[in-house]
Amino acid sequence: MADIPEKELMRKGTTACPGCGAAHAMRYVLKAVGEESIINIPACCWAVIPGVYPSRNLDIPLLYTAFETTGASSSGVRAALNAKDVDPREVTVVGFAGDGGTADIGIQAFSGCVERGTDTIQIMYDNEAYMNTGIQRSGETPYGAWTTTTPVGSEKEWKKQPKKNMMEIANAHGIPYAATVSVGHPELMIEKIKKAKEIPGPKFIHIYAPCPTGWRSDPSNTIELCKLAVDSCVFPLYEIENGEYNIYKKPKDKVPVKEYLKLQGRFRHLPGEEVEKIQKNVDREWELLLEKEKFTKRENEE
Amino acid sequence: MSEMKIVSGNYAAAYGSKLSRAEVVAAYPITPQTEVVEKIAQLVAEGEMDAEFIKVESEHSAMAASIAASNAGARAFTATSAHGLALMHELLMWASGARLPVVMTNINRAMGPPWSVWADHHDTLAQKGTGQLQFFCENNQEVLDSVIMAYKICEDEEIMLPAMIVEDAFILSHTKEPVEIYDQELVDDFLPSYDPDYKLDVDQPLGFGSLGMPDWYMDFRYKIFEAMEKVPEKVEEVNQEFKEVFGRDPGGLIEEYKTDGVDVLIVTMGSISSTSKDVIDELREEGHNIGLARLRTFRPFPVEKFRELIKGVNVVGVLDRNYTFGHGGDAAREIKDAIYGHHEPIVKDYIVGLGGRDLTPKILKNIMEDAIALQDKGLDKEIEWVDLKVNQKRWRR
Ligand SMILES: Cc1ncc(C[n+]2csc(CCOP(=O)(O)OP(=O)(O)O)c2C)c(N)n1
Ligand code: SF4
Ligand SMILES: [Mg+2]
Repeated sequence: MADIPEKELMRKGTTACPGCGAAHAMRYVLKAVGEESIINIPACCWAVIPGVYPSRNLDIPLLYTAFETTGASSSGVRAALNAKDVDPREVTVVGFAGDGGTADIGIQAFSGCVERGTDTIQIMYDNEAYMNTGIQRSGETPYGAWTTTTPVGSEKEWKKQPKKNMMEIANAHGIPYAATVSVGHPELMIEKIKKAKEIPGPKFIHIYAPCPTGWRSDPSNTIELCKLAVDSCVFPLYEIENGEYNIYKKPKDKVPVKEYLKLQGRFRHLPGEEVEKIQKNVDREWELLLEKEKFTKRENEE
Repeated sequence: MSEMKIVSGNYAAAYGSKLSRAEVVAAYPITPQTEVVEKIAQLVAEGEMDAEFIKVESEHSAMAASIAASNAGARAFTATSAHGLALMHELLMWASGARLPVVMTNINRAMGPPWSVWADHHDTLAQKGTGQLQFFCENNQEVLDSVIMAYKICEDEEIMLPAMIVEDAFILSHTKEPVEIYDQELVDDFLPSYDPDYKLDVDQPLGFGSLGMPDWYMDFRYKIFEAMEKVPEKVEEVNQEFKEVFGRDPGGLIEEYKTDGVDVLIVTMGSISSTSKDVIDELREEGHNIGLARLRTFRPFPVEKFRELIKGVNVVGVLDRNYTFGHGGDAAREIKDAIYGHHEPIVKDYIVGLGGRDLTPKILKNIMEDAIALQDKGLDKEIEWVDLKVNQKRWRR
């Protein structure tokens, strides 16, 4: 496991809420990519967290960009560096967007960037809703969750659709490297991002980043939620390298999903049978992932 | 060595970006702009142009990538048309707000529905409030010249704003004309490489575009206003310098064609200006005191220049190849704005040629004669749609 680099590129004094997983996400990402990096950030909580003009708490060149443009911006910055003969292994271009900015409104630019083969790390910090605008559902909001646009009234209008699988979408592009990471497992997260940095071409990193404000969870439970998400297999930690799946942290004993759900107010309304349904689905997805790992292992090929 | 080539307006734009040594090009195809993209791709593939060509998946991304590249210190170029330009809208404003000298060519095409790929200025004029400089070209040589000049104007540290060089669909984009492709060294002397003081740079970690609270935002806007105020002078200055170096006068803010002491002034934009000039000659031979002003720089609008031009004029006939609903033809409206409180001649707005409807010398002559007649009979209609199915007999007679 990688050590966590001491150097802080994110200074104290953010406007993030207490217990914000996205704040941890940035801190570890910067530690992993280092100061020879350029980051671009679209509209999202992270457009506000660094502070307002003229203050800024990130010691790294930072380009704010329009909500849906992160992938295109990354291609633009990388092209300018190429034009100046700056090697991609020397300076890393990072796109750092929320789930909305990556999986919904930004999915076209994301797809374009990956398909073009831009040498960049595209990061999706996933707090499972549009938080900056006040907790509206996104394509990454999981089934069953309350948000302000999936309000729970007498008609039980919680989110009825499953979470969009961005790892599969990235992989369907033939991306050289994609990984899920979690802010509750910082050493592993840094290891995977460092690995991504060395791989030429487009890379995708899906960061699990709890949001106490939007999830109606206690700020002190952020890291606990990360652990439970991994141990319940709600958010498995795995990487896909040129199509080969590798689950790099398998839970020893699977924790029931309800342990994970019950720490979050956004699932409080769910009746027992709905929790059962979610459990079944998580089990199925996990089995499927294990199968994918087995099926794609290169060592089995020879 | 400079060289004469027979090229389309699209190729002229591509050669303009090459001669300007654009370092990053990001573009997405749309009729009638496709040849710009194809030509640049070819120039890059043949090693004739040293640029990174980003094959983006939309015009929105084309402008986003151009902005990012420019922010990282590269000279950026893009090209589009109509629906592509409309899709870029958000980022046209982003480029000016971020003070980035991205230069683009827009091939003026009508907006659908109904689908139309033909000449119409509404696409460009609908973007007049985005903080982009807008230059309307009359011929293919001017397209090439304007791209080079635009970088020089836009990259001036007192300006730092983006620009659109616009040319009419098919009439210029697909019509071949002799165009002088200048010697690269000559252009290099005229246009030094782009080297902004502030850019994305790991040795100097700056942030660009962070949240501006109400106590800052307005002052940033004021700075754009100040820069825009300096543009007219800069346009004339660069035009003059261009003339000295390349021996050609693209026309600055407004190209004046026989305007000295005229009674009737016709205002045109873009490709219809050439035919209009012939008609002006004809009418002058017939004894009419008429001249033409070709509005070349629409943004910033050359307010002062118009005030000068209309002194002593009785009638201004404006040919608008656009219409903003609930408002009028954009050029006529802006001219009225500019001259309000100064000498106020009769201003009549002729809506012409929308969606590529042909403007023959006959129609143009009828329009100009209509304008001349207003001197005696006074203004009949503020806005007149010309050569519609219902009134074609009158304008084509
Ligand atoms: C074109 C456009 N549409 C909508 C918005 C408003 N908006 C800003 S941030 C945001 C949600 C961001 O969600 P996400 O990407 O998940 O990041 P988060 O705020 O959750 O960190 C929205 C809808 C915008 N800035 N631009
Ligand atoms: S709303 Fe959520 S993601 Fe946004 S700053 Fe607060 S805790 Fe972080
Ligand atoms: Mg989000």
